[in-house]
Amino acid sequence: MALLQISEPGQAPDPHQRRVAVGIDLGTTHSLVAAVRHGVAECLPDSQGHVILPSVVRYLEGGGRQIGAEALVAGATDPENTIASVKRFMGRGLADIRGRDKLPYRFVDKAAGMLSLHTAQGEKSPVEISAEILATLRYRAEDTFNDDLYGAVITVPAYFDDAQRQATKDAAQLAGINVLRLINEPTAAAIAYGLDNASEGIYAVFDLGGGTFDISILRLTRGVFEVIATGGDSALGGDDYDQALADWVLAQTGLQTVTATDKALLKAAARRTKESLSATNSVAVDVHLTLGMIHLDVKVSDFEAATAALTARALSAVRKVMRDARLERADVHGVVMVGGSTRMPQIQRAVADFFGREPLNNLNPDEVVAIGAAVQANQLAGNDTTGDLLLLDVIPLSLGIETMGGLVERIVPRNQTIPTAMAQDFTTYKDGQTALSLHVVQGERDLVADCRSLARFELRGIPPMAAGAARIRVTFTVDADGLLSVSAKEQGSGVEARIDVKPSYGLSDAQIATMLQDSFTTAESDMKARALAEARVDADRMLLATQSALDADGALLDEQERQTIGALMQALSTAAVASQDAQAIEAATTALAKGTEAFAAQRMNHSIQKALAGRNVEAI
Amino acid sequence: MNLQSDDFELFQLRRQFAQDASVLDARWKDLQREAHPDRFAAQGAAAQRVAMQWSVRINEAYQRLRDPLKRAAYLCELGGAAVNAENNTAMPAAFLMQQMEWREELEDASDLSRLESLSREVIQARRVALEACGQAIDQLQDFKTAVGHVRALMFIERFSEEVNARIDASHDAMDSADRGQ
Repeated sequence: MALLQISEPGQAPDPHQRRVAVGIDLGTTHSLVAAVRHGVAECLPDSQGHVILPSVVRYLEGGGRQIGAEALVAGATDPENTIASVKRFMGRGLADIRGRDKLPYRFVDKAAGMLSLHTAQGEKSPVEISAEILATLRYRAEDTFNDDLYGAVITVPAYFDDAQRQATKDAAQLAGINVLRLINEPTAAAIAYGLDNASEGIYAVFDLGGGTFDISILRLTRGVFEVIATGGDSALGGDDYDQALADWVLAQTGLQTVTATDKALLKAAARRTKESLSATNSVAVDVHLTLGMIHLDVKVSDFEAATAALTARALSAVRKVMRDARLERADVHGVVMVGGSTRMPQIQRAVADFFGREPLNNLNPDEVVAIGAAVQANQLAGNDTTGDLLLLDVIPLSLGIETMGGLVERIVPRNQTIPTAMAQDFTTYKDGQTALSLHVVQGERDLVADCRSLARFELRGIPPMAAGAARIRVTFTVDADGLLSVSAKEQGSGVEARIDVKPSYGLSDAQIATMLQDSFTTAESDMKARALAEARVDADRMLLATQSALDADGALLDEQERQTIGALMQALSTAAVASQDAQAIEAATTALAKGTEAFAAQRMNHSIQKALAGRNVEAI
Repeated sequence: MNLQSDDFELFQLRRQFAQDASVLDARWKDLQREAHPDRFAAQGAAAQRVAMQWSVRINEAYQRLRDPLKRAAYLCELGGAAVNAENNTAMPAAFLMQQMEWREELEDASDLSRLESLSREVIQARRVALEACGQAIDQLQDFKTAVGHVRALMFIERFSEEVNARIDASHDAMDSADRGQ
């Protein structure tokens, strides 16, 4: 007799099966982690009660590292081992970094590929540095819930290209985090505001952080989020407002800063003044510089006049993105404010004036992205079965391949909804040719040199034929996270070409494996124990997944199929409990995954047909 | 229905050119709601792979159905008249004359208002050609005539992109002039 599992709609069948799933805002200046607790998404504080983790990592001489506030403080005395704003280096080569001469770091230029930084503990890639931040947030979440982390949704800027997204995902893998999904920051902010509930229409997300300004236009329809345009200014943020105010103060007093300490003191005073002016009309500035005392009353109007050019720059970027989206201001149904710098009254006013409506600002602008990611993570982990959120993103930049003469042939145009796959046929140009190489680039320009190189693919194992006789179909697949993979097949013989990927900026699997070996997590614990623990978590995940599939659609299987799957589940759960061999557990997990593939296909067909059938009835 | 069903079967729509954009949109979302990999995020790699295949297929069909030009080309192909744009560049003389006039106008247009009036003209020509194309497909089932319209529309589309690029460039120039002040 089959058992039926009955549960209230919207609740996981067993409260013990609730999975710890978090949203992580991996920001340029600071990072946060949030989770849904007792039905409410909130940011998780560290043991001192701080939710904000400065995105700063310091490598100490002789081992050990500081992460967050501690590292931020040390930055002044040990700048070259204290890495801030590492997000700007993710998936980037040295040549991409503007103003690198002004940065205190010892960059290591990799001939072709992602830069790395020389520290007291040797060479560190931006992926490894980001992994430190992510691991810190992971431990914070695991301590909070006293349980292992099931998975995380991590946010990235909407304009991040494949290399930057891949680098983010690699960093998560290094930190031992299962990535449920990468989502766009503006989308996360819109989710936090609950715009998925009953909101239809066009929304703008205005995100002014410490050092960057992003403006995105989203279209929402019945829980579907489309990013229709993004823009901004990668060198505009709250820091520029501090600097402008500091310059104004100097101009008023006729004083100058002569030492680094002078500069730091004045900048800090400017920052405090800026923050106070969000609440009051006038603030007294007192700073003791080498050349004399500054004592000055700063009025809101002074601050606004001193920074008007910066606000105008932000609005100019907003106008441009509206044109890209081919929209009028009146088309926008709401504006979401993100980033601490949007607390400035002149920003609030400028945005309200531009769009002719008051912006949404009742959530903490520092936390809103992490909170939205947490809501999505909770749903993806299966904790909230009533959740009806569906994020349909688009690819932010076109993908293409290099053709003769350094020209780009576009394969996947930008703004195509993802996941997507595009196939292209290639042929050989020499008799007996068995290999073919492809160069994949991302960008909107016509010349390869003006686009970003993503990877070089080497197709091998093409059956030898006369020149031009082979028809090799290469399929470019972009998954829901915006990440590219490539497969190839010779059409005549059906032979699958082997593909060797040389990522231009990302890391190869082998590099990641090496990094894992000498990474923080394994330096402290035994490599084997970690592999075993991970294999068990994977096994658990697979067993749970299969069980929930059986509960929902077991009726699709005949008795024999049911028994086969049952036996594979039994084998896996026995292995997971009894075996001390990670590889044996992994093998059993793979066997179950393979054994349920046909069932998964059946379920999909069934659910799609069900959906269509339901609609047909409505249509009648 | 399966992954090999044609776009119209997949979306359960009548195989014709005339389509209601809002119905198309709603069906796309209904299908993705069932098939998107996120729906199966907690259900293992096998389910993810299958979901990915379906989701990709649904997006492919949606891209083709919602763009009137792609939809027309697809219907011609289903009707036995492939577009073969690469091998079939012969166009009527009158059409080519108009293309040349447009190109001259684009080269000469020095200000935004002339560019915008050219843009309006192109949009109008596109509308007329699409209507004729739709009629050839839906009313006459004359795919040979329809495929001629599709080829003409491909020219118009490319030209329209060039006009828009020029309009954008002139907006950008005005913006940077603003910022310089």
